[in-house]
Amino acid sequence: MMEILNEVLQVGFFAAILRIATPLILATIGEMFTERGGVLNLGIEGIMVLGAMSGFTAAYYSGSLWLGILAAMTVGALAALLMGLLTVSLGLSQHVSGIGTTLLCTGLAFFFYRLIFGQPSVPPSVEAFHVVPVPLLSEIPFLGPVLFNQFALVYLALLLVPAAAFVLYRTPWGLALRSVGENPRAADGAGVSVSKMRYQGLAISGMLMGAAGAYLSMAQFNAFTFGVISGRGWVCIALVVFGQWSPWKCLGGALLFGFVDAFQLRLQASGVVEIPYQFFLMLPFVLTIVAMALVSRSATPPAALLVPFRKEER
Amino acid sequence: MIRLRLETRQHTPTWLKVALPLCAVLATLVLCGGLVALAGASVLDAYGKLLLSAVSSKFNFVETLVKAAPIAFTGLAVAVAFRAKFWNIGAEGQLLAGAMAAAFIGGRAALPGWSLVPLMILCGMLAGALWALIPALLKTRYKVDDVVTTLLLNFIMFYLMMALLDGPWKDPLSGYPDSPDIRLDAEFPILLDGTRLHLGVLLALVAVPLVWFLMRRTTLGFNIRAVGENATAARYAGIKIPLVITATAALSGALAGLAGVGEVGGIHFQVMAGLSPGYGYTGIVIATLALLNPLGVIPAAFFFAVIITGAEAMSRATGVPVFLADVIQGVALICMLIAILFTQYRVRVKR
Repeated sequence: MMEILNEVLQVGFFAAILRIATPLILATIGEMFTERGGVLNLGIEGIMVLGAMSGFTAAYYSGSLWLGILAAMTVGALAALLMGLLTVSLGLSQHVSGIGTTLLCTGLAFFFYRLIFGQPSVPPSVEAFHVVPVPLLSEIPFLGPVLFNQFALVYLALLLVPAAAFVLYRTPWGLALRSVGENPRAADGAGVSVSKMRYQGLAISGMLMGAAGAYLSMAQFNAFTFGVISGRGWVCIALVVFGQWSPWKCLGGALLFGFVDAFQLRLQASGVVEIPYQFFLMLPFVLTIVAMALVSRSATPPAALLVPFRKEER
Repeated sequence: MIRLRLETRQHTPTWLKVALPLCAVLATLVLCGGLVALAGASVLDAYGKLLLSAVSSKFNFVETLVKAAPIAFTGLAVAVAFRAKFWNIGAEGQLLAGAMAAAFIGGRAALPGWSLVPLMILCGMLAGALWALIPALLKTRYKVDDVVTTLLLNFIMFYLMMALLDGPWKDPLSGYPDSPDIRLDAEFPILLDGTRLHLGVLLALVAVPLVWFLMRRTTLGFNIRAVGENATAARYAGIKIPLVITATAALSGALAGLAGVGEVGGIHFQVMAGLSPGYGYTGIVIATLALLNPLGVIPAAFFFAVIITGAEAMSRATGVPVFLADVIQGVALICMLIAILFTQYRVRVKR
């Protein structure tokens, strides 16, 4: 048992937690924003696939990884606007619209990837993001290599959390977003445009989900594969519930998931435990469900989540 | 000045319920035609291949029916669940559960040969139902969102299956991560000599009217619909909602399990990684296009079977990526959702 712990609890392990958690942080904070406005975005899985694909393609042809991130965010926002058209403007079922958006975005990603790259024997790849050590801070023992010797996107994801908390709780815009998610009728009476706020919440979610997907195909890996997301989007939906719609708690959930995932990867690689590796792949999903079961009774989602708002109906 | 106004409908005429899915499909094909053109193919040629391959020969037609069977089952599974607003996105995992149960039973040497097929069907239904009970219990006991759990359980079931196939269940003869073949006695009877038209297709065809009867003419069906339409009213009427949700989940899971049983008993005779190319998710599209009516599942499942089989032929002939079939499923689901608005509202022209 001790050798396993020694094997696992190294600086590299804690750095890996952050790297693994980053796409989850981005997408979970995005999902939290739209849900705070009252719209569940189940397009998340597909938008992440499409973000991974379009980000990779843009980077491959432009040679600029950051242009890839920008492309992924733009495409993600467009997909989220489609969600807005369906759920906000037309008031359709958020569950089924989201599944439709995921099916559509996944299909589009695969379709265009095959159209653009064909079926080469060696899949195309890009030179992925390098780590950017923060001067001085990265020299600190232990904390330095864990926190300050990471991809730029990791720093951005970590900075996103306080920024999201500030925007949500300390700005008029955040108040307006929360109010349309809790009591749209009252918000409308106070002169807040419910549909505008919900569209904006969705757009933020789409951009962050796109970026999360692009992180996977351009930082964590250096190519797009069809299984690049493989359920991470659905995990983020659970993490928002687990994080009780609060940015800091969502970060906690994402780090916890990162911990479990990094742990299983180490355990697999160490070869100390002889269990089929699929059980390790399964573990984060099982724990996510267990965590949901523990918190769901006490979780209070935004009151108007899933409820379409029609101004003319009283 | 002419103004358009939306009015709520009290009643949806039957012709509209037939016309709307057709319009949604038409709109889908028009929209996706843009993608075909973008891929540099002639839209007419590509669509000719996509839509007509299924009826171009007896062989292709039977193959289309064979493809329609599993997605008819998952379509029924989703239609039943969504009626109760139990958001079962987990037909994929329940299908795998049913397939694994069928392959396990079908390989038992100790069982008498005649008992294999009926036992595979029963155990496959049971396995699917049990797997669907997990999200139902989590929802009724712990208020855990059913969408999330059913989705996550799909991945858990897939990895569980792969772990078994990579370990104790690996076929010792082939060495691939596939399960050993089921016994010859366990293979589903073929209904038409020289084809793959197997018992599972007939089962799907029989299941449709049975599920329709259950939903329309039995107390359970009434309760399922009542819970879905107005849970508060159902509670006041004395319906035990957790019980109904649990029964709905079991029924839905059993139907999805049958999809897997048919694939093992009639097509693959084993389980392996590629057993279901997303049939569970296709079921959602089919159920929506059928307006959650079991009878509508037959034409909807047939249509998507045409698309899935035709996409291969289209891709070979014109170079349009085969994934057009996936895009069509997504677009069709979205178009149908929009079309459903017209069952609730009518457009009135005011002068």
